[in-house]
Amino acid sequence: MHHKTLVELGAGLRQGAYSSEELTRACLDRVAMLDNQLNSFITVIEAQALQTARDADARIRSGAAGPLTGIPYAHKDIFCTRGVKTSCGSRMLDNFIAPYDATVTQQLNAAGAVMIGKTNMDEFAMGSSNETSFYGPVTNPWDSETVPGGSSGGSAAAVAARLVPVSTGTDTGGSIRQPAALCGITGLKPTYGRVSRYGMIAFASSLDQAGPFARTAEDAALMLGAMAGFDPRDSTSVERAPDDYTGGLNNSLQGLKIGLPKQFFGEGLDSGVAAAVEAALDEYRKLGAVITEISLPNSQLAVPTYYVVAPAECSSNLSRFDGVRFGYRAKDPEDLEDLYKRSRGEGFGAEVKRRIMIGTYALSAGYYDAYYLKAQQVRRLIREDFMRAFEQVNVIMGPTSPSVAFRLGEKSNDPVTMYLSDIYTIAVNLAGLPGMSIPAGFAADMPVGLQLIGNYFEEARLLNAAHRYQQVTDWHTRVPQGFE
Amino acid sequence: MALEAQEVEKIAHLARLGIDPDDISEYARNLSDILAFVEQLNSVDTRGVEPLAHPLDATQRLRPDVVTETDERENFLRNAPLTEAGLYLVPKVIE
Repeated sequence: MHHKTLVELGAGLRQGAYSSEELTRACLDRVAMLDNQLNSFITVIEAQALQTARDADARIRSGAAGPLTGIPYAHKDIFCTRGVKTSCGSRMLDNFIAPYDATVTQQLNAAGAVMIGKTNMDEFAMGSSNETSFYGPVTNPWDSETVPGGSSGGSAAAVAARLVPVSTGTDTGGSIRQPAALCGITGLKPTYGRVSRYGMIAFASSLDQAGPFARTAEDAALMLGAMAGFDPRDSTSVERAPDDYTGGLNNSLQGLKIGLPKQFFGEGLDSGVAAAVEAALDEYRKLGAVITEISLPNSQLAVPTYYVVAPAECSSNLSRFDGVRFGYRAKDPEDLEDLYKRSRGEGFGAEVKRRIMIGTYALSAGYYDAYYLKAQQVRRLIREDFMRAFEQVNVIMGPTSPSVAFRLGEKSNDPVTMYLSDIYTIAVNLAGLPGMSIPAGFAADMPVGLQLIGNYFEEARLLNAAHRYQQVTDWHTRVPQGFE
Repeated sequence: MALEAQEVEKIAHLARLGIDPDDISEYARNLSDILAFVEQLNSVDTRGVEPLAHPLDATQRLRPDVVTETDERENFLRNAPLTEAGLYLVPKVIE
């Protein structure tokens, strides 16, 4: 059962081949049996999941089932879930029981999906390896000595190991696409503002965007259909109805114009990754696409721009964690300042503290123009590069990550080296564009991701391009050894 | 841009972050590395470029000024470390 896709499982449920309760039980059993190797879950909610599944079964019997009704999923622990611990991977929120549901949680509940637990992640989504989690690193199902990527490492590993058919993630600088690439699955970061940020614990508010993980583009399309939409409770949500993400999946790619940014194929790209991406592009040629080289001249500035904008926003957002209203409080504070400083000093891990300090510095008196304003100006140049490119091409493609999964501990002591693992994904967040990563082969026996970048609100076009590729390749069906 | 230990302490104070004195030098090194890395932005001529705050250049949406939320004081207070009579408690602030 665990090899079936969401689409196949949904059909099985509606035909009565099995119940959601049986399916949910099967997922919970797999988590219990296999997750000690991965550490992909922070919280598993067995009793609540089985109750939700029974409710879904009643709905299926009544004929009111939608495509997600009765489907078990894993939810990144950044989304508030009423009555369920919501830690964001941090000691700061280790004792936090969310008093309300995120909009994404509400939407998936309304669709009848069955949350079986909350997944491990880099602390406050700050990391590219899942090593900054208070709950310990997640390991990659393809090689237990390597990282799954981050920050949504638990959600990606859980889908890759076939513990659940689908999961949720968030992507501020690559946190859906990079772990999808490193774990060999499909991940989609929608256009900024497409999915509500309400109840999604904020890291960098002008960049954060939620999206799905799945094994196939078709499953990701169904997830996005449930997650997307205008939300008056998110001030940056876009007032625009979601598109039909499944209707055009089989459209022909004849004449599709694909642009390859020459800056994505230069120094720093692993040769095995480059070879797999080239082979994937050959498949697209066979499907009728026309491939041309393009230029994104400011792309090398994306990572430094991000490491001003994101820490600045994070230092502001994380000021709410003060040890007073919720979250961790240090023992026996001498006075209010001691309470703030020790609660934050003990509650946050090293990477979060680094980013708060960088942001505080960049926003402090005398430095604001030199750092934050400058970065926002460069951010516009980066977006203009994309806008010019989309005058010539329909979709931009390239590697998702410069290498396959790296070893645990390999980059954790060198922040700047770690930051450069997101070199191809970060510009997409700065511009607010939709992006995907899909499995495109292997290098040194580890999965390689192909990145697809679209113009604003062109998620359906990306899903179509991804789906057609998955019809003629089988990389997305490969299963890591030990999880067959 | 290399940060001295004293500057790190000042930034940590501004951010109300307690840092172990033994860790200050490592933070100084890491933060200096990051600042040196972002320094490359200075090589770009951005004269006349409008700063981009929102990728879609959206402006703040306004809503009617009406009450939409219900009172959930008890629900929210459950997550507080220390409360009394419906209020959050902190160490004495006024001597």
